[in-house]
Amino acid sequence: MFRLSPPFLSGTRRVTLHMMQLLLALVPALIALVFFFGPGVLINISLAVVTALATEAVMLKLRNRPLKPFLTDGSAIVTAVLLAMAIPPLSPWWITVVGIVFAIVFAKHLFGGLGYNPFNPAMVAYVLLLLSFPLEMTTWLPAAGLAEQALTFGSAFELIFNGQLANGAAIDTLSGATPLDAMKTQIGLAQLPSFIIEQPLFGIFGGLGWEWINIWFAIGGLYLMYQRVISWHIPVAMLTGLLTISSITYLISPESAASPLFHLLSGGTMIGAFFIATDPVTATTTIKGRLIFGAGVGLLTYIIRAWGGYPDGIAFAILLMNMLVPLIDYYTQPKVYGSLKS
Amino acid sequence: MSQPLGSFPGGLKLAGQKKRSTQTPIRKMPLSEQLILPLQQHIGAAAVPIVKVGDKVLKGQRIATPNGHVSVALHAPSSGVVTAIEDKPIPHPSGLSAPCIIIDTDGEDQWIERKVTEDFTQCTDHDVRQIIRDAGIVGLGGAGFPSFIKLNPGIHHHVDTLILNGAECEPYITCDDMLLRERSQGILDGIEIMQHALRVNNCVIAIEDNKPEAISAMELALASRSHLTSTSVMVIPTRYPTGSEKQLIQVVTGKQVPKSGLPIDIGIVLHNVGTAYAVGRAIKHGEPLISRIVTVTGTDVKHAGNFETLFGTPIHELLSFCETKRQQGEPFIQGGPMMGYNLAGDNLPVTKTANCILVGVDNATQANDPLPCIRCGDCAAACPVSLLPQQLYWHSRAKDLEKTQEYNLFDCIECGCCSYVCPSEIPLVQYFRFAKTETMNQEQERKKSDAARIRHENRQERQERERVEKAEKQRKRKAALAATKAAKAKKDAELAAAEAAKDSSEPATDNDAEK
Repeated sequence: MFRLSPPFLSGTRRVTLHMMQLLLALVPALIALVFFFGPGVLINISLAVVTALATEAVMLKLRNRPLKPFLTDGSAIVTAVLLAMAIPPLSPWWITVVGIVFAIVFAKHLFGGLGYNPFNPAMVAYVLLLLSFPLEMTTWLPAAGLAEQALTFGSAFELIFNGQLANGAAIDTLSGATPLDAMKTQIGLAQLPSFIIEQPLFGIFGGLGWEWINIWFAIGGLYLMYQRVISWHIPVAMLTGLLTISSITYLISPESAASPLFHLLSGGTMIGAFFIATDPVTATTTIKGRLIFGAGVGLLTYIIRAWGGYPDGIAFAILLMNMLVPLIDYYTQPKVYGSLKS
Repeated sequence: MSQPLGSFPGGLKLAGQKKRSTQTPIRKMPLSEQLILPLQQHIGAAAVPIVKVGDKVLKGQRIATPNGHVSVALHAPSSGVVTAIEDKPIPHPSGLSAPCIIIDTDGEDQWIERKVTEDFTQCTDHDVRQIIRDAGIVGLGGAGFPSFIKLNPGIHHHVDTLILNGAECEPYITCDDMLLRERSQGILDGIEIMQHALRVNNCVIAIEDNKPEAISAMELALASRSHLTSTSVMVIPTRYPTGSEKQLIQVVTGKQVPKSGLPIDIGIVLHNVGTAYAVGRAIKHGEPLISRIVTVTGTDVKHAGNFETLFGTPIHELLSFCETKRQQGEPFIQGGPMMGYNLAGDNLPVTKTANCILVGVDNATQANDPLPCIRCGDCAAACPVSLLPQQLYWHSRAKDLEKTQEYNLFDCIECGCCSYVCPSEIPLVQYFRFAKTETMNQEQERKKSDAARIRHENRQERQERERVEKAEKQRKRKAALAATKAAKAKKDAELAAAEAAKDSSEPATDNDAEK
């Protein structure tokens, strides 16, 4: 179709391309997840993507929207992959399904579909699952190198769909606390963080395995910046916020606070900073606003981790900041041409 | 050569696509048999015809006179006979018709007597402006604002710098480029006159760095006029939309024109180089504005180039002269690919604002149905005015016009950068134009209804006043009536009493009652 109105030229960046580049940027971290936690996450992702596309199709049909442009925009797939990578790799299948259906139906389409949702759908689903199924959502296997783990694709499949292995071993016999969880509980028991990190659950800077997963998420994020899919403002502001508050508490009382580096490389810090807080639909759009938004996510994450009821606070922090987006955007409008005194 | 002092945020680096039309010198478009001259080819009021059907006109003869202040004259581009004064389709995106003077040319191309001003420095600035107005000169960069107005700083302003816009930032258009290359002396003639009219010495000729030939031609010409010591060529970075008035001022001077102000408010006047050339021709050669250079280019044009074309020449003749692949009735673009508009008619004339006819753009991408806005903010990053197009879009779509004003809708220059970068392919500029028109309509409606309301209130007040007055009158009349009645009654009583008194012997009571 010939363009009927100016401009008659057009750039080449498209929504679908954004989404595909985002998925590509997730691959390194995905490989790391498989390496440390086994192939369960791959099953979760497949299940999540299929569920997401099916739910999206049903919702589009119900809302009388065209299927093709919205099924191919990639947004449902991104939501699915992000949620599947955020939940424990051996979560029962219904966790994934419930989460995705909730994300697509309630967090996305009931608000108007792509572009209209005030909250990040993957995070809404994550929080729903965490609140409703705390046991399943905190059942992580201890990270192990691919070589040392016996978990095959087949056994992961059995655990996800049957809840137990063929020999009858249930998942809770295999699982344990995550490093963030362990840190929080043991600090609560007045253990010194310097002792806590001596345990086998911890690695060089953060949790064993987790630190590498975080680093690979960050590398994927840098690729997104290089490709200009995301701007640097939110990740940098968020990590700076987290680093600042964790450094302050660490300097004040090293006996009750984990190191700043531990916070940067644990839990969902990097996936949150580069892949979730940067979700354009739910984040602020002004430059100043992005800095405020990012810093807010960083601070809230630490506050929830250190003094809240949950070991990780990324999802809550992002949702809380999502709520403030209209306000931040309104008060951080750039100065329009001619309003400056030069 | 002087250095740019500032830059603007956002903008785009676009492929220039200018080579295609700069391979041959400017050529003269052959005389057309019929010229169609819209009475309004400028911003402001349409000119008023001063010829009638059947009149024989000479080349350069004035055929319409300005109507009001913001208006300019119109001249016959060639000699011939006025065959009609009627509505004809004009090159406007609306596709509407407007009053035109139609001249059938006689092929003689015979000039009217031209009044040459040998030494313009002997003229007052007022006289210079009058000549320019009478010559029908308007801004040739594309907007068509009467130039004489922009050469009148008025008594409250002092002009510090005259900027000549040779940026030509839109892709494909090369008419200014070629003019700078080939007629740099003519442009300087115009600049000197403009400087005289504005009483200003400082002058900057701003040219984008993708036009090296134009830059060197202009510098060479400038070197030959040693008295122009404060005039210089400024090479500015190639970036769209540098050629936009406010953005160019920001690049050249580092200053911003105040919101809802004019360049003159910060001591700057800006004219297009083509306008300067036209001013030079008008004063030094006595030639009114009857032609302009039109770039004809695009992927579907076989012999792209620049053509000195008489106004009124049908665009399709220009297109067939250049051998385009365009079929009759197919749309083409007038102006550049970023801010131009689609025209489809076949008998549309070349007008004063027609800088470029574009048939087919390179790497034309298919226009898909827009996806929803994902608030990526690419548009805000590209906006040269620092607007938030995504918010403006949101509120325009919701027809929340008040909110669009809060987000400075009317500061949008409609450059199209936001639409260009939008990953959802939303035609943002269309939404903003719609919101602007809608706001202006509402404003007008509001004014109308205000007037009606005031009229109504006045009427009510008047009626109320009349009612009160009437009641008062009635009351008075009633009172008067009552008084007369009472008086009559009294008289009757008196009479009766008198009658009675005639019989009785006590008439004194009457006198007491009178008191």
